[in-house]
Amino acid sequence: MPELIEGSLAVAEAVRLCRPQVIAAYPITPQTHIVEALAEMVANCKLDADYITVESEFSALSACLGASAAGSRTYSATTSQGLALMFEVCFNVAGMRLPIVMTIANRALGAPLSIWNDQQDSISLRDSGWLQFYAEDNQEATDLHYIAYRVCEDPSVLLPAFVCFDGFILSHTYEPVEQLTQADVDKYLPAFAPKERLDAADPISFGMYATPEYYHEFRYAHDKALKDSQSIIEKAGKEFAKLFGRDYSAVVEGYHLSDAETVLVAMGSICGTTKDAIDEMRAAGKKVGLLKIRVFRPFPTEELAKALAGAKRIAVLDKNISLGSKGAVAFEVKDALYGSGIPVYGYILGLGGRDVRKKDIKEIVGLAEKGKGDGFYGLRTEVL
Amino acid sequence: MVDKNLELFDCGHRACGGCGAALAARLVLKGAGTNTIVVSATGCMEVFSTPYPETSWKVPWIHSLFENASAVASGVEASLKKQGRTEKVIVMAGDGATFDIGMLCISGAFERGHDFTYICYDNEAYMNTGIQRSGATPYDASTTTSPAGSCSFGNKRPKKDMPQILAAHGAPYVATASVAYPANLMQKVEKAINTPGPCYIQLHAPCCTGWGFEGEQTVAIAKLAIETGLWVNYEMIDGKVAKVKKVVRKPVEEYLKTQKRFRHLFKPKRQDAEIAAIQAIADKNAEKYGIDIKLKKE
Repeated sequence: MPELIEGSLAVAEAVRLCRPQVIAAYPITPQTHIVEALAEMVANCKLDADYITVESEFSALSACLGASAAGSRTYSATTSQGLALMFEVCFNVAGMRLPIVMTIANRALGAPLSIWNDQQDSISLRDSGWLQFYAEDNQEATDLHYIAYRVCEDPSVLLPAFVCFDGFILSHTYEPVEQLTQADVDKYLPAFAPKERLDAADPISFGMYATPEYYHEFRYAHDKALKDSQSIIEKAGKEFAKLFGRDYSAVVEGYHLSDAETVLVAMGSICGTTKDAIDEMRAAGKKVGLLKIRVFRPFPTEELAKALAGAKRIAVLDKNISLGSKGAVAFEVKDALYGSGIPVYGYILGLGGRDVRKKDIKEIVGLAEKGKGDGFYGLRTEVL
Repeated sequence: MVDKNLELFDCGHRACGGCGAALAARLVLKGAGTNTIVVSATGCMEVFSTPYPETSWKVPWIHSLFENASAVASGVEASLKKQGRTEKVIVMAGDGATFDIGMLCISGAFERGHDFTYICYDNEAYMNTGIQRSGATPYDASTTTSPAGSCSFGNKRPKKDMPQILAAHGAPYVATASVAYPANLMQKVEKAINTPGPCYIQLHAPCCTGWGFEGEQTVAIAKLAIETGLWVNYEMIDGKVAKVKKVVRKPVEEYLKTQKRFRHLFKPKRQDAEIAAIQAIADKNAEKYGIDIKLKKE
């Protein structure tokens, strides 16, 4: 039976069921409810983890790095400025191939300060070598944690992952969520048993420096492992579906795609709003569809190109902006469709918590049909 | 008991001949023994000991970043505790990683009370990047970012008192040591790793390249630092100074003259006021820690 629960609490429960042995986190809005819930579980012996109350996000991820290298399953959660403070550690964790799972309650980056949602934070770390999952709703946000641990700890992957869900829009919203039982999760997610760890009985060195003779190959191996993880994600998703009925095996997922002339491409909670808008547009006879990107890293270029091959035009919704250029998702879509002749329009929207409504989605479809509007959508010109 | 014959830091590393930090690593591991996990900060020691695919470390070793060694050690310690494992966790970091960029992580880890020993090998500047001043650089030392010049005598500030700062965090065991006194150094390491809670050892490790002296002089110069009172070897148990190395003090000049970083105090002309200021630092140390052995008048 699904339970009506706040997104953060549903995620915390999923994390508990994953049996992390070491948690290190630092409070930041809108991530706090997750880490508070986990602290309460530890305080009440419902979670047998060492919870390190670090003095910064930088130390949170650094402590996870040490604990993971010593052989423990580790967890952290953060957002926005906290993730920015972790920047250096993020690259390090991934380069050292440590399978840490971290929830990102997506939030805008300052300045100006904003506690509200967009996806600039995790997008800004797209080059750090982590897997990046984006959840549409809280059921998906919850389930993606099981899948993330399963994939990351796979001996052929050994990489960390962000599980991203939109701050406030999902993290603080009550939705029905079906939780797994401990027995379910234990069946799906075996104990973390890395082949290599810090161990006095078998000393090895972690984090050595590489000269130009080796560095290039380290990066190649990292990139290859990240790209190859896509098949492991698909496999882990299929097995999850077989056991629990919910299917996350598709790295991109279509909605009314087959005959769609205009296809919207989006990530995260905006997909829900978009689906509602599509239903209404369909009822009015418009052939509109959605391609939802669930896995942004590794980027599913081929799957995306295949799914969009029949479209007349693409409208990409980006809750981020590579300032001085364009949205990160638009970039990827244009790359995937290069040479196809299908026009791709990018819309920057919903930054810093600006609501995106069904009527906005409809308006964007209208703009795309006219081949207009590449850039910022919905500007309040009166304050410019 | 310390096994002096135990060699856990292998030869073949890339340190300069006479490197105080390399000697420090070797001695620390003799004191720590095989049941040890070392967390290193970025710096000379990390670089000269681990060019992939070679390593000098015969104990498990991890390096992540410049400033996060004590946070990484916090995680390692938490993980070991959770697994019921017995390895001792040691951080090995230079003075830049300790006095400056790593302060936040160190303060957090000490306040949280993790069971680990933080060893700062103090060579009194950023040597790995080419001898820039740090918070550990002594007064008037010339470095590449505090060069002596026509209107400067070098570094304008005395060393930060890190041992006191960490004692103020409630560290149960804080000590200073020197590569010139290996038996004392190894004993202090052994004591620290067997003291529950966060412990700190600051280890004087002269750098022949950065300080400007011949490699065979490392131990002699480290010894002179103690004999002049510019470095004091002591222990602090629960914040109280317990054991202090006493000396018949020599004038600071005897130490300063051995190193090119202080050359400007003697050439082209002798800077009496500056030498007196450094002598005053040694005198203050002597008074604070009671290091002077009073000789009977003949």
